[in-house]
Amino acid sequence: MSALDIAAAVRSGERSAADVVDEYLARIDARDGELNAFNLVLAEEARAAAAAVDATVAAGDDPGPLAGVPVALKDNMCTRGVATTCSSKILEGWQPPYDATVVERLAAAGAVAVGKTNLDEFAMGSSTENSAFGPTRNPLDVDRVPGGSSGGSAAAVAAGLAAISLGSDTGGSIRQPAAFCGVVGMKPTYGAVSRYGLIAFGSSLDQIGPFSTSVADSAAVLEVIGGHDPLDSTSIDAPTFDLQAVLDRGVEGLRIGILRELSGGPDSVEGITSDVQDRAAAAAAALEAAGASVQEVSVPSATLGLSAYYLVAPAEASSNLSRFDGVRFGLRIDAPTTGEMMTATRTAGFGTEVKRRIMLGTYALSAGYYDAFYGKALKVRTLMLAEFATAYEQVDLLLTPTAPTTAFPLGERTADPMTMYVNDVCTIPSNLTGHPGISVPFGVGDDGMPVGVQLLGPALSEPTIYQAAAVLEEVAP
Amino acid sequence: MSERITRDEVIHVARLARLELTDAEIDEFTGQLGDILEHAADVEALDVGDIEPTSHPLPMSNVLRADVRRLSLERNEFLAQAPAAEAGQFRVPPILGEEP
Repeated sequence: MSALDIAAAVRSGERSAADVVDEYLARIDARDGELNAFNLVLAEEARAAAAAVDATVAAGDDPGPLAGVPVALKDNMCTRGVATTCSSKILEGWQPPYDATVVERLAAAGAVAVGKTNLDEFAMGSSTENSAFGPTRNPLDVDRVPGGSSGGSAAAVAAGLAAISLGSDTGGSIRQPAAFCGVVGMKPTYGAVSRYGLIAFGSSLDQIGPFSTSVADSAAVLEVIGGHDPLDSTSIDAPTFDLQAVLDRGVEGLRIGILRELSGGPDSVEGITSDVQDRAAAAAAALEAAGASVQEVSVPSATLGLSAYYLVAPAEASSNLSRFDGVRFGLRIDAPTTGEMMTATRTAGFGTEVKRRIMLGTYALSAGYYDAFYGKALKVRTLMLAEFATAYEQVDLLLTPTAPTTAFPLGERTADPMTMYVNDVCTIPSNLTGHPGISVPFGVGDDGMPVGVQLLGPALSEPTIYQAAAVLEEVAP
Repeated sequence: MSERITRDEVIHVARLARLELTDAEIDEFTGQLGDILEHAADVEALDVGDIEPTSHPLPMSNVLRADVRRLSLERNEFLAQAPAAEAGQFRVPPILGEEP
């Protein structure tokens, strides 16, 4: 049952929110022991919230567009009085004294939070294997990863443990797990959704967005969580999106570009498997058959995205994560002096991947290397913005595979960081430019696992993206 | 692949980041950070002299709000979440007598 169907049934009184939430909690109970999608299940709180929704309906009032819809929240979003861990030991015992703006907006729209989902520690990873609470498994094949870093949120929706969920996307952390789990995942334009209460990883890259089983549900959630927030100084002061209205417009007359450097072939980054290339090509052909014009478009600097990202994101992370020092939140390892206490706390509290990225970022920002690495990476961002702007003069949207491969087996890539990082090669450019991107399931690979196709557009092109995504969903095999 | 970053540099960076690494971790990170920096050689080698850097995807300026009194979050709720607090402040071990 889609989120919109649930909301319609609850708003009309046809079905109670209490009944809906019980159904989802029962499924979590049956399935999550194996999947480990949730760090925390909020059974009591969800039942209370559902009862409040039902009382609103009984009183003849409208509980909102997502009435009674069970939602799962990535565990890097602050929830008042409820543990928020970032899947890290360093936040042990911490209960935020406030809600993230997205959490407030979902509740105000009648959605019911059923739990906090697992992630790669501090959202650093592409497989959800870097969690201090153990990996999440892919519900379609439990020997494979769900992708990451929002793997718990993707798995929860794919397994029907939540109707919708929220993730955060710094280099592909919504779109790649959506592709791996066969669901829809959207990273909105930077600044389109408030980051207030999202624990920061890379502040110039992070963006919150929804997972869902349909494009229409995705549009409905983004309408609720998007829009200006005075509590986030990077929030765009623009009208909220009207997305559900564009879903039936079709793609007649839309210009779609196949992004040459991220689609396999001679000028492309390496590593995109042939079955994934074929699915993306089939998606382009299907859009063409539906009335879009399709051409190949070149963005040469897209090949530099991975390198630039793995300098910019760790640099920002090393700065953001300096706040975790045993003084204000979570873990403290006692020591005779404050300096020793900070070092002992950080050493015990952070996992290996987080330490690796803090090290990399600290190095890239340190005297003597700043210009060669971080400074140059920032210039690559300028280059990319200019080249994408040129591309978007020729076409309305760009199309690529979401990830170079389908979901890989657990443990396959944990030994070598670079083999993990290349997962993000197709998704990273739009984080560096702040542009929106959506992953829509489009068939399966040779191994039977889902393939995601990504649609990219310029800043605030969400309506066009959803318009084309709705067609992709309809024609997908 | 070798010598992109030395073992001594890794030890120095760990100190800057307030992390204590085991010998095995120092070895591992020296190799892995070297590999990542080797991959970044394409960025390092780029001739981007007169291009302006972009630190942020949006044109950023300071955002100000009207100077109106309003309720803020409760101080005590934040202090209650700290490992140690006293007299309305975060409490930490001594800071004097440390090496700089």
